[in-house]
Amino acid sequence: MSEAGTRVQPRRKGLSRRRKRAVSQGVQYAVFVAALVALGLTADWEQLRNQFAQVDLAERMFPDIITLALKNTVLYTLSGFVFGLVLGVVVALMRLSSVGPYRWLAGVYIEIFRGLPALLIFIFVGVAVPLAFPGTEIPGGTYGKVALALGLVAAAYMAETIRAGIQAVPKGQMEAARSLGFSHGRAMVSIIIPQAFRIVIPPLTNELVLLFKDSSLVLFLGVTLEERELSKFGRDLASETANSTPILVAGLCYLLVTIPLGFVVRRLETKAGKATK
Amino acid sequence: MTTENSRTTENSRTTGNNQNTGNSGGGTPEIEVRGLHKSFGDNEVLRGIDLEIASGEVVCVIGPSGSGKSTLLRCVNLLEEPTRGQVFVGGTEVTDPDVDIDAVRRRIGMVFQQFNLFPHLTVTDNLVLPQRRVLGRDKEAAAEVAAENLRRVGLSEKAAAYPGSLSGGQQQRVAIARALAMGPEVMLFDEPTSALDPELVGDVLAVMRMLADEGMTMMVVTHEMSFAREVADRVVFMDGGVVVEEGAPERVIGNPAHDRTRHFLSRLLDPAMAQVQEGTPDGPDESP
Repeated sequence: MSEAGTRVQPRRKGLSRRRKRAVSQGVQYAVFVAALVALGLTADWEQLRNQFAQVDLAERMFPDIITLALKNTVLYTLSGFVFGLVLGVVVALMRLSSVGPYRWLAGVYIEIFRGLPALLIFIFVGVAVPLAFPGTEIPGGTYGKVALALGLVAAAYMAETIRAGIQAVPKGQMEAARSLGFSHGRAMVSIIIPQAFRIVIPPLTNELVLLFKDSSLVLFLGVTLEERELSKFGRDLASETANSTPILVAGLCYLLVTIPLGFVVRRLETKAGKATK
Repeated sequence: MTTENSRTTENSRTTGNNQNTGNSGGGTPEIEVRGLHKSFGDNEVLRGIDLEIASGEVVCVIGPSGSGKSTLLRCVNLLEEPTRGQVFVGGTEVTDPDVDIDAVRRRIGMVFQQFNLFPHLTVTDNLVLPQRRVLGRDKEAAAEVAAENLRRVGLSEKAAAYPGSLSGGQQQRVAIARALAMGPEVMLFDEPTSALDPELVGDVLAVMRMLADEGMTMMVVTHEMSFAREVADRVVFMDGGVVVEEGAPERVIGNPAHDRTRHFLSRLLDPAMAQVQEGTPDGPDESP
């Protein structure tokens, strides 16, 4: 029943290719619907509703989940992002330096902090450092610790992104700047980095989304009631009430931010794609 | 062969240019290249170049691709570091390791084949930013100089546009204006019209001609033979990393003394004919 055979003797027996595909798709849809129906019939809806969608419990979370928890999540994320960005630019410039030890140091930094779990770094900053050096105080309290831990991780990723952005600026830009009398450093700051940032805005926004989620690791630092962010806030309330609704609400709060941000990233990427053409 | 000759015989434009004594005269040349060598790895691109360009002189450097002419130009403002030899601009040794190269480059304007405008800045800011950052001019003074130079290249109406919205010819004229805004004593042109559509070449050449008429010292790497013939005081033909011959344009282009020059020119003017010649036994001399 080779292809040539069917063409010579068209549709003598069996189904045509198109027909076969339609049948196959129909079967897949049928299985999917059957699974949904089975799930609907067997699930304990009462139990699910009680566990995940207790309206009065959800209502009790407001406004604190916004004014306190979401606010703290945003603050942690932004402080980590800003610190990470500054450190990331420095590491990226070291990576591109003509001085060997700088390049080497930056490479080691990137490899280490990309290779470690963010959680371990949070524990390191929150537990190991205070244990090892009693009396040292990281400025800014919890916010300082989070900025440090998140920033250290973010800087390693951002440094590679920024380095790629700087290298994506055409060589002629540096030559033009130098020929006008700019020093190398001035040309970097005035001409190259502004252009590199335009290139790396979409990936950096992506990094912001990742940080937003990673800020939940604050959970492991031990924070006061006023310093709780979304995950801790949701978990505390969940264990307090022995109900999962707070977790669901906290999750929705994350999505409230991450989905629009993801949309912005895709818009920026298509825009950047058009601009380079 | 001397520059005086070409000026007096051919150039009615050089009025009051008596300080220009050419490369055989007594004044300090604006650009002086001595024994210049440049290698990229094992590839020796420049094999001992000696060249002098007097103040107010327009020199066109011609030659086949790979002859080292762009590298020579880029060695003048040290975009390429020479392997050996010396370069002087306005009496300052550019190749001196202790020289403040940024200070020297302020006096040398450069125009690139690919324009290299700053795409994130408007046309005006392309001219204003270097003046402010490099020369320390205040905002008003820089804006004034920018407007004046845009007017000179005929692009005042594009002051607020971004480079991406301009044609290649317009971008190149902005690039010339940007270099001029720094008040250079010398202008280097690296194949300024090679990346342009043929119908846009004329506008750029017109601006360069205007600069030449104003007495700017210019070193131009180009394939535009008509420009070289009409505007240059001297034409330098390079091949294989050496200067093969130089002299007045009507002599070098009109009646070249060397086979290599003749071969290059015939290829340039009539590529089909050159191929026929190449096939003949007494064709162009290929010996180095």
